[in-house]
Amino acid sequence: MTTVVAMSGGVDSSTAAALLVESNSATTPLPDSAGESHPRVVGLTMQLWNQRRLPRLLGLEEGTATPGHASGRCCSLDDTHDARRVADHLGIPYYVVNFEKPFEEGVVRPFVERYLAGETPIPCSLCNTEIKFAKLIETALQLGAERVATGHYARLRRDEETGRYRLLAGVDRAKDQSYFLFGLTQEQLARSVFPLGEMTKEEVRAAARARNLPVAEKPESQEICFVPSRSYREFIEAYLAEQGQALAEPPGEIVSTDGRVLGEHQGLHHFTIGQRKGLGIAVGAPLYVIEIDRTRNRAVVGPDAELFRRRFVARDVNWIRPVAQGESFEAHVKIRNKHVPAPARVAAAFRPPELDGRLKAAATGAEAFVEFVQPQRAITPGQAAVFYAGDEVLGGGWIARVL
Amino acid sequence: MRRVYLDNNATTPLAAEVFEAMRPFYLEDYGNASSIHWYGQRAKAAMETAREQVARLINCRPSEVVFTSGGTEADNAALVGMEAARAESRHVVTTAIEHHAVLHTAKALEKRGVRVTYVRVGLSGVVDPADVERAVRPETVLISIMHANNELGTIQPLEEIGRVARDRDIYFHTDAVQSVGKIPVDVEKLGVDLLSLSAHKLYGPKGVGALFVRKGTILRPLLYGGHHERDRRPGTENVPGIVGLGKAAELAREHMAEDTTRMSALRDRLEQGILRSVPLVTVNGDPQRRLPNTTSLAFDYIEGEGFVIAMDLRGVACSTGAACSSGSLEPSHVLAAMGKTPEQARSSIRFSLGRFTTAEDIDQTLEIVPAVAEQLRAVSPHYRKAGARD
Repeated sequence: MTTVVAMSGGVDSSTAAALLVESNSATTPLPDSAGESHPRVVGLTMQLWNQRRLPRLLGLEEGTATPGHASGRCCSLDDTHDARRVADHLGIPYYVVNFEKPFEEGVVRPFVERYLAGETPIPCSLCNTEIKFAKLIETALQLGAERVATGHYARLRRDEETGRYRLLAGVDRAKDQSYFLFGLTQEQLARSVFPLGEMTKEEVRAAARARNLPVAEKPESQEICFVPSRSYREFIEAYLAEQGQALAEPPGEIVSTDGRVLGEHQGLHHFTIGQRKGLGIAVGAPLYVIEIDRTRNRAVVGPDAELFRRRFVARDVNWIRPVAQGESFEAHVKIRNKHVPAPARVAAAFRPPELDGRLKAAATGAEAFVEFVQPQRAITPGQAAVFYAGDEVLGGGWIARVL
Repeated sequence: MRRVYLDNNATTPLAAEVFEAMRPFYLEDYGNASSIHWYGQRAKAAMETAREQVARLINCRPSEVVFTSGGTEADNAALVGMEAARAESRHVVTTAIEHHAVLHTAKALEKRGVRVTYVRVGLSGVVDPADVERAVRPETVLISIMHANNELGTIQPLEEIGRVARDRDIYFHTDAVQSVGKIPVDVEKLGVDLLSLSAHKLYGPKGVGALFVRKGTILRPLLYGGHHERDRRPGTENVPGIVGLGKAAELAREHMAEDTTRMSALRDRLEQGILRSVPLVTVNGDPQRRLPNTTSLAFDYIEGEGFVIAMDLRGVACSTGAACSSGSLEPSHVLAAMGKTPEQARSSIRFSLGRFTTAEDIDQTLEIVPAVAEQLRAVSPHYRKAGARD
């Protein structure tokens, strides 16, 4: 059994690779019938995005880089130099594979399109389903490997009765990345390995140190890999400029929730739900963006209390645990990466997908209605909503409409 | 795992004799070739011997050999040096299938206002001298056309092109990095004024090469410094490297006939073996006019990148094209210029044999290629679809 390990050059995927090499060497069978002994672990780095394409953003990065805090993102900018050093240290074959084209088509462009449609998209989940667990598994099969390992903090269980795979949160709840993995199909889960699922971040770092991994002390990156400045808007403007398009968004009204015009905005892409700064209006109490109304080109603002909502619809839902159409159940629902899952009632539904610029692959037609027990702050279209039963990921989708 | 190296167009192993020839110039005769004393004289003498060895290989005078840091520098020195030395004649003719060392230099010249014509090639990968003739203008200062293409191995008709250049009094440069040492290269027969070569393609060390500059050719140097290399290339000479290049050139002369016979037989055995055992494979470029060691094959429904990695995991080193382009998104500019689709270009694999390639190496490769091809095709949705149609 040969396993491909996705190596970003960070401490997590490097440690995952190290652990995999050890567990494999413990169980490595004799050379196969042809007398060949093939490598059991192969390191791959996916080259996803060429930062030099948008140099303006790199210049920006220096001025706006902020010191890191606990992990905020799914993965960091690929660092092939560090990944190569680690692979050399572990004595495994290592290659860089170029996925720039599928990444741009499957992740960056949908990200830009959804943003321009008034959403606040999270590209990492899309990257996992479209790239890491689709293209990478394909590449693994091309190389004669059967499985793909990553450094995600998540666990997999195989249900012996049904043969289905269950996806569980990582043991380290602060580092848990199951939120980003809701889109994995059974076929993808069957080929996945998460060596860090049972470990805490501290244990991972200790394991890296114990093995003298050259990246053991490397700080974590906080960026979305292709948005170096951490400013979506800057990225989208630069990306559109590169494509020869201007970000032409007409000015419009900023209105209160009861319809009063409070001011003018210079294009809706300046806003995201829950945003307070940069509204350009001065009223007594602090105002937040409550809603982005594309059809009327309006930003709706109001006091913090109005950010709290109970109901939304998720589209393109992927059910990891099978759910019948019309079935409804209690679950804990997580609506952004740093959100603590909150109790809700989830009802599965189906609607024929409208292929409006979304990826066909992601357009499953499966929807879910979610109603929280307590209103939640800033339910944001474009973010992923993931349904949990305790540790287990039942499924998830993309927040489409807040009701 | 027994490993097989079939990427000799990327680089060759150092010949043991070359290594031995170089060794004393690191440890004992370490003088600066410009120094007056005994140490300097030893280094200088060795360097001049190397110059003679290189000159003999390409049939020029020793004084026409300028040592450089390699093929890329030699190409740059020829193109940039030619342009910088002339104020008026500002047109260059080259081809769309040059190595990036020429192609990207030409692009840089364009930014400085030089006009460049990129002559196209057909599916054979061979330049038509008539196209070169048509591309020439009264203000053309330089024609730069590679001798043998690194990806395909195709050999260009330099003699005919040389006549075009000579008739019109245009300087003629060739990037002969892939041909020198593999096939006879004679600057007189080819009619070239400038020729780039590199040591590590002929079992010499990396980081050293040479530019042949025909006597009387005016070039402005790329770098400024001391009076080394008759003011053509400043900087303390890489004496061990130059000695290695000289020895490699001498060995190439001795081995060429034998290497050619043996390598082309092994290459044909590999090519025929693959064509027999794997369906949907075609040879890229002219199968006659090419280097004895190279074959470029298009495997339909196969991603070249995956193929190379899968082969490497089984111990065989080959490549998708130029090593310098590995990891780049764009499919080979050479295959694109020949009119291949991006899919065909991405499915192309280059095997390049060397002096040390054995029949056992070829047999081992032939054993695994069908399995690797099948493994990759099994993952290709297009292949499955095409299979269902049959």
